[in-house]
Amino acid sequence: MAEFKLPDLGENIESGEVINILVSVGDTLSEDQPVIELETDKAVIEVPSSVSGTITEILVSKGDQAVVGQVLIKVDGDTSTGAQPASQPAPAAVAQSAAAAAAVETASETPAAASQAPAASAAGPLEVMLPELGEGIDSGDVVSLLVAVGDTVEEEQGLVELEIDKGVVELPAPSAGVVQAIHVQQGDTASIGQLMVTLTGSTTATVPASAPAAASRPGAAVAPATTTPAPAAATMPAPSAPAPQVAGRPVPAAPSVRRLSREIGVDISGVQGSGPGGRISAADIKAHSKKLHESGPRTAAAAPLPDFSKWGEIERQPFSNVRRITAQRMSASWSTIPHVTQFDQCDTTDLEAWRKSFGKEVEKAGAKLTPTAIVLKVAAAALRKFPQFSSSIDMAGEEIIRKNYCHIGVAVDTKRGLLVPVIRDVDKKSITKISVELGEMAEKTRTGRISVDDMQGGCFTVSNLGGIGGTAFTPIVNAPEVAILGVARGSTQPVYVDGELQPRMIMPLSLSYDHRVIDGADGARFLRYICQGLENPYFLAFEG
Amino acid sequence: MADSPPNSKTQIAVVGGGPGGYVAAFRAADLGLDVTLIDLDENPGGVCLYRGCIPSKALLHVAKLLNETKEASEWGVTFGEPQIDLDALRAFKDRVVAKMTGGLGQLSKARKVTYVRGRARFTGPQSLQVDLHGGGQQDLQFEQAILATGSRPVMLPAFDINSERIMDSTGALELPDVPKRLLVVGGGIIGLELGQVYAALGSKVSVVEMTGGLVPPADRDLVKVLSKRLQAQFDGVYLNTKVTGVSDNGSALDVAWEPTAGGPSETHTFDRILLSIGRRPNSEDLGLETTKVQLTDRGFVSVDGQRRTAEPTIFAIGDVIGSALAHVASREGIVVAEVMAGQRSAFEPNAIPSVVYTDPEIAWCGLTEQEAEGQDIKVARFPWAASGRATTLGRSDGVTKLIVDPQTERILGVGIAGPGAGELIAEGVLAVEMAALVQDVAMSIHPHPSLSETVMEAAEAYHGLSPHITAPKRK
Repeated sequence: MAEFKLPDLGENIESGEVINILVSVGDTLSEDQPVIELETDKAVIEVPSSVSGTITEILVSKGDQAVVGQVLIKVDGDTSTGAQPASQPAPAAVAQSAAAAAAVETASETPAAASQAPAASAAGPLEVMLPELGEGIDSGDVVSLLVAVGDTVEEEQGLVELEIDKGVVELPAPSAGVVQAIHVQQGDTASIGQLMVTLTGSTTATVPASAPAAASRPGAAVAPATTTPAPAAATMPAPSAPAPQVAGRPVPAAPSVRRLSREIGVDISGVQGSGPGGRISAADIKAHSKKLHESGPRTAAAAPLPDFSKWGEIERQPFSNVRRITAQRMSASWSTIPHVTQFDQCDTTDLEAWRKSFGKEVEKAGAKLTPTAIVLKVAAAALRKFPQFSSSIDMAGEEIIRKNYCHIGVAVDTKRGLLVPVIRDVDKKSITKISVELGEMAEKTRTGRISVDDMQGGCFTVSNLGGIGGTAFTPIVNAPEVAILGVARGSTQPVYVDGELQPRMIMPLSLSYDHRVIDGADGARFLRYICQGLENPYFLAFEG
Repeated sequence: MADSPPNSKTQIAVVGGGPGGYVAAFRAADLGLDVTLIDLDENPGGVCLYRGCIPSKALLHVAKLLNETKEASEWGVTFGEPQIDLDALRAFKDRVVAKMTGGLGQLSKARKVTYVRGRARFTGPQSLQVDLHGGGQQDLQFEQAILATGSRPVMLPAFDINSERIMDSTGALELPDVPKRLLVVGGGIIGLELGQVYAALGSKVSVVEMTGGLVPPADRDLVKVLSKRLQAQFDGVYLNTKVTGVSDNGSALDVAWEPTAGGPSETHTFDRILLSIGRRPNSEDLGLETTKVQLTDRGFVSVDGQRRTAEPTIFAIGDVIGSALAHVASREGIVVAEVMAGQRSAFEPNAIPSVVYTDPEIAWCGLTEQEAEGQDIKVARFPWAASGRATTLGRSDGVTKLIVDPQTERILGVGIAGPGAGELIAEGVLAVEMAALVQDVAMSIHPHPSLSETVMEAAEAYHGLSPHITAPKRK
């Protein structure tokens, strides 16, 4: 029994996110075989095994944060030398007159010989079957045929386009050749193992048929090419004009480029050089690393969009600036902030009565007393009591930043999209003043006169969709804030009050917060506090 | 250099101060590590500086000068018989060695590398004991160590007859005298270089080599350029021949040899023998049994691509792992220093240059033709007879060739025979390491007239476009 621990990844890299697991329990693992794809803050790298044997246990899953030294995999029957070095070149190296010296030099000059072999090209007919497409997928629909009988195809060129649950994938040619027969038609459902295409002949005579290839190519948990080509999900676009690299030749890259690939963990033998003679540049290494990243498990999510026009008329609209920024901010917030949404509801029957009686006072000031204005005032009190809700998190500095001011953003629906103007110093303002400012700000926002400054500096956000409807929703935290309050539509509900059924006005609230800074109990307390403030107009006064 | 006061603790202990060890020590110090360098000699330098590369090149320079005075008669300049003051010559060689090793001592001090003169033995995976040169012992704890103890000439039992007439390369570099008849056993680089030195000084030199050719790792077309000259300079070159017996008759050595394939034995008489059949690693008596360090059955230390031994705290580089070339050991030293400093470094050259510093020199790097047997390659040759510069030197017998991958036209190897080949090969190393194409070299302007043009013209010859040859030889 041997363990494979996450090795040192280089300078200042202590951990990375597991974005793909390239092996399964029961696999026979060999030394240097890539085990996982790990995303560090520098690049996506493949982590090669330093042990060999049969995998008995995989101790990480996709998405895990793996730390250097953490056990990733356990294997049985480790036949590798582990920490032990590889056997040494023949001692004849220093024997001046021993003929064997030549062979030794070969060994030392071409250390990577075995791993540089390109994929084998078979000479006879090659039957291309549908490979495993992923967990739980046992068939795919043939969307289109990308080649015709008689076509000459390059290695890895797409043969058939297949639609699976996760998106559209291409079945790549396991080697170069000529399409002899296509065994499926558009619209067919193909099952795993089904014969798809027959290829003949190799067009690259220079590639020795014996070259051991598949196993040394990164990113491809590839079974023997003759029966199962690389998983289609990991397919990359066919290279336009690959320069063939002959097995056993040193990799065509400058020492500085080889160093770069080593440092970011890219297996350079799998990189297609774009330079003359297939020379690999630093840019090629970076592009390859990026491609590995993109072609990983996220391929499905980022799968190319289908041709919607097949089903009817479409039109395309470019992003507006607001849309682009909203898309970016929401994705970033959603993917970086561990969100929790807490639900509660409050009885606003008394508040509504109070709002009506004071509404006229506010009207005299030229504004309308809205529930939002009251929610803002109550939220300001809650933020003072629970200051972590108006904090920001500095992950790099490992600090929490607390703000001793109380500016609250209010989500406003405009024709341009969602905008969030900020009301300053809510804690120091009367509800009347807040109502006046809210009215002005909403007007400015809707007429497009809002400035960038008006939308910055918020500590907390309130999104009131009650005017539109809905029973509840889960707002996304407006980073770098750590919490957002969603207000849904209040409605009259039958409620038991002192054992007696009464019609009461009930307002549903949802609080989404950043669980990194805010604990669940505090989330519940904060929202309860707001509910109490809204239920009883005197509550805040007593709270002081 | 005086022994530094012993430290009991160091981050990095480097055992052996040759071109592997001192380069590793210096680089580690430059990377901010605390380094102790341990060696038997007064200063860093090792075999290379004290009794190898450097002193032999000093003598080869003199040998070349002596040969050129003879060649000059063809150009109308005649010198008298040279007067050789062996003591003065030895002193010149010793001055060169002292200057170079003394310089390394200063460089070591300037980097604050602690230099300990003595013999080290490991006492565990993180400790060693040094028998100090001045007497006494010192214990040293280290975090990581580099084993760079090098190699020494191989002695064969047949020659182990306790005769002062039998020398190894170290003894030959001491220039005890100029023997009338010298037998060089082993036709490799060291034997031929020193054989040429003694031949130039006036010895009648014979060479016995077990295999079918001189300098076995080199391509035959390159060796041919050298062996033609050696046939004129040497008394005899005996290939496929093995020595079967040696005896010291009191005034000379009687040496019996026979063909390796079997056949009649011959006996010849020599005044001295230079035994140069190879070198063996210095891997004994180092206390390695107290560590997990493993040796091959030939005594070389086993290491991985980062030159780490089976003991995680101990690395090994150079001759002791079989690397056999000073410049390889130096590169390994840098790799190890970087690995110890936390960098993701590895030893993975595409081209290692080899040079025979005879006159003419032979040099090659990357793929050789004999290694490429069975592979799809093309060779572009440029004979120096078509080089203006070579002709001005009276050396039109040289050759420059490129070994090329015909698929990509990438240069995979370079071979050169002729004066200055050891300098010219550096361009070849760069071409192979940078994955240069034939065109890249052909389109780079080389100075005229120079021997370096032969590299450019060989590249032009690949496409049959060398201006100075009409029928480019292709293989």
